[in-house]
Parts: sequence; C-alpha cells; structure tokens
Amino acid sequence: MKRDLILRVVAKVFLPFILVFALYVQFHGDFGPGGGFQAGVIIAAAVVFYALIYGLANARRLVPERVVESMMAAGVLIYAGVGLMGLVLGGNFLDYFVLDRDPVAGQHRGIFWVEVGVAVTVSGVMLKIFYMFADRGRMDE
Amino acid sequence: MAVAVVVLARVRNLFAVIVLSGLYSFLMATVLVALDAVDVAMTEASVGAGISTVLLLGALHLCKSEEAKPVHKPWLPLTVSVVCGLLLVYGSLGLPAFSDPFAPIHTHVVPRYLNEGPKETGVPNVVTAVLASYRGYDTLGETTVVFTAGAGVVALLRRRRSRKEQPK
Amino acid sequence: MSIVSHFSYAVTIFLMIAGLFIVIARGNLIKKLVGLGIFQTSVYLLYIAPGKLIGGTAPIVSDAFKVYSNPLPHVLILTAIVVGVATLALGLALVVRIREAYGSIEEDEILEADRGDGVADQR
Repeated sequence: MKRDLILRVVAKVFLPFILVFALYVQFHGDFGPGGGFQAGVIIAAAVVFYALIYGLANARRLVPERVVESMMAAGVLIYAGVGLMGLVLGGNFLDYFVLDRDPVAGQHRGIFWVEVGVAVTVSGVMLKIFYMFADRGRMDE
Repeated sequence: MAVAVVVLARVRNLFAVIVLSGLYSFLMATVLVALDAVDVAMTEASVGAGISTVLLLGALHLCKSEEAKPVHKPWLPLTVSVVCGLLLVYGSLGLPAFSDPFAPIHTHVVPRYLNEGPKETGVPNVVTAVLASYRGYDTLGETTVVFTAGAGVVALLRRRRSRKEQPK
Repeated sequence: MSIVSHFSYAVTIFLMIAGLFIVIARGNLIKKLVGLGIFQTSVYLLYIAPGKLIGGTAPIVSDAFKVYSNPLPHVLILTAIVVGVATLALGLALVVRIREAYGSIEEDEILEADRGDGVADQR
C-alpha cells in the first residue's frame, strides 16, 4: 500500500485530525462523553492506520518498541502515583480532595492525571499487541 | 442485530465472520446511543468495532485457515441453547419493566451521585466523575487488567521467528 | 407486565443464546471467540437497558435537563468493555500459538491430534 498515491495522501491529511480528536476526547471527557479509554484507543488506532498505509518499519521508526513498552507500564504507575500522593498529603489512598487547597480543584487535578494515566496505558497496550501480532507474521519485511 | 448474529453463526468464511462482528459492534453502539449511554457507545464503537476487528484480522492472517467445517447437525447445542433461553425468559418476567422509575436500580446510591456529583467534583459528566473519583479504585484495577493482558500477549508471542523445530 | 414492557430483556436473551450457541456448537476457535464477544455485548445490554428512563437524557448534568438516565451501569459496563477486549487479545494470542503447535484451529482436529499422539508436536 506504500505505492498507492491516493491512500498515502488521504492518510497524511487524516492523521493529524485523528490525533487532535483523540486529544479532544481525552480532555473534554469532563464535559461530554469521552475520557481516558476512548482517547487511548483512538491514538492506538491512528498509529495502526499509519502502519497499514506506510508499512510496519516506518511505524516502528515513528513509535519505537521501547517507547510503547514504557508507555504500558508508565500509565499504571501514574495512576498509582496519584493514589500515593493522596496518602503522602494526609488523606487515604486515592483521595483527591487533599491534592489542592480547594477540594474541588483537587478533584479536578486528580481526575485529570488519572485519565492521563489510563489513556497512556490503554494506547500502549493496544499498540504493543498490534506490533506483536504483525511481527509474528512478517519476519522478512 | 439479530440478522447479523444469525448470519454470523452460519457463515463459514472467517473473513466474513470478522466483518460481520464489526458490523454488529457498530449496530450495538447505535442501540446504546438510543439508550442514552453515550460514553459506553463511544467505547463500544472504538473498542469493539475498531480494535477487536484489527486484532481478529491480525490473528486470521497468522492462522491462515479459511473456513470452519460443520461435521454433523448441531441439534444438541441448539436444544441446550433454547432451553437456557426459555429459562432466562421465565426469570426475566420477575424483573422490573422497561423504564420503570421506581425500580431498585434508581433508588439507592444513584440519586446521590447525580445530585452531589457535580458539586463535589466539579465535573458535569457524572460517568467520568463516578469512574475516576467515586469508584477510582475499580478503575485502577481495570488499568492493571489491561496492562496484564498486554504483558500476557508479550509473554505468549515473544519469539519473532515462528519456526516449529526451534527448541525453547 | 406485558410483552412490550419486557421487550428489552427478550432482545438481550436472544443475543445471549445466539452467542452461547456459537461458542458451544461451532468448532473453529476464532469463531468461538467472536461468539464469546457477542455474549459479552448482550450482557452490556442487560445492564444498560434497565437504566434508561424514557424522557431522560444522557447522564451529563446541565441546567436544561431534569431527568437523567442511570449512570451507574454505564461505569460498570465501560470497565467490562475494556476488560473484554483484553480477554479477546489474550485469547487470540493463544489461538495463534495453538495454530503453530497443532497446525489447525478446528477443535475436532486438535482433539484428534491430542488423542493420537499423546503428546503435542512441539514442547
């Protein structure tokens, strides 16, 4: 599919919009439908789209294996880190209202970082699974 | 959706099965929007029709086997399924009617979430507030499950070369 | 209690037994996994349909609406969907390994191979 001009141009035009939409879904999850899971899946789908049109090697150069593997673990660590911050600052595990002087702002912060952690893990895992499946079949490309 | 599922059960070409499952996921997402479950519909559409289809196609490409072969007529499974279905219908007669505002599901904890949620968390989307704040511990468990699935797939498919004689 | 008021349960149960039928009656492993997915989506419907209130709206609080659909099942099912796809990914990885070990993904052929040799091809 690398040689098909229409697909390449359309992919180049669409990919920024897909990524911006994923970020919109992530950050606007407080006010409309959305949140971490949907955004993570859309980001993974965007990279899969890129890999389908431009080839697995180019996708590997764009998002290397080590980055994907670290993303998988980093998301869970961010989430647990927010929980531990609650402990450190005086409340229970995963208490958000101690994260700031104003409890509601603390909730905002907690929810924001928690959703970021979720999106990072979900996109990392989905992408890693795709890489593993694609890798198994094409050994010589 | 019923048509999609019945055709899926009968069709033998696996590629058609996968396309039908993506179609079914999209129809399910539409039904969920009609039931006012917008977050769930977005997740079902992206995860069910997007990622599931990609993974199934990847596995089909690796397995390279095209069709299922029915050996004998499946009368026993059909009977078992229908009997289970009838038992479930009998059980569901005791459940509350569709859109009943006095059903127990609406009375215990949910009024507090709907009334106090935006005030306590400052987030108008009650689903996100409950998911990330009121029931944040469950979401931590879910994120761990996703991570474990990724780790499991890595552990299962780690070898890059799929030679059968290579000793482990 | 009429057929109209319990229509959502009838749809759910039909999808459930269709998924169950595909899992137990078809021998191809990939088709079994797809059937399991259908069963899971019917369970989502089972949880979300009772939460809907006719005349209500999505559970995003704003001043224009007074009646909202129940948000609690939405939260539980959101988790369930993501866990379901995680299970599907692990199942597919297992199917790929089975294919490499036995050469086929039909249940009958795999059972034959196991009964025939007593040991898998690749250990």
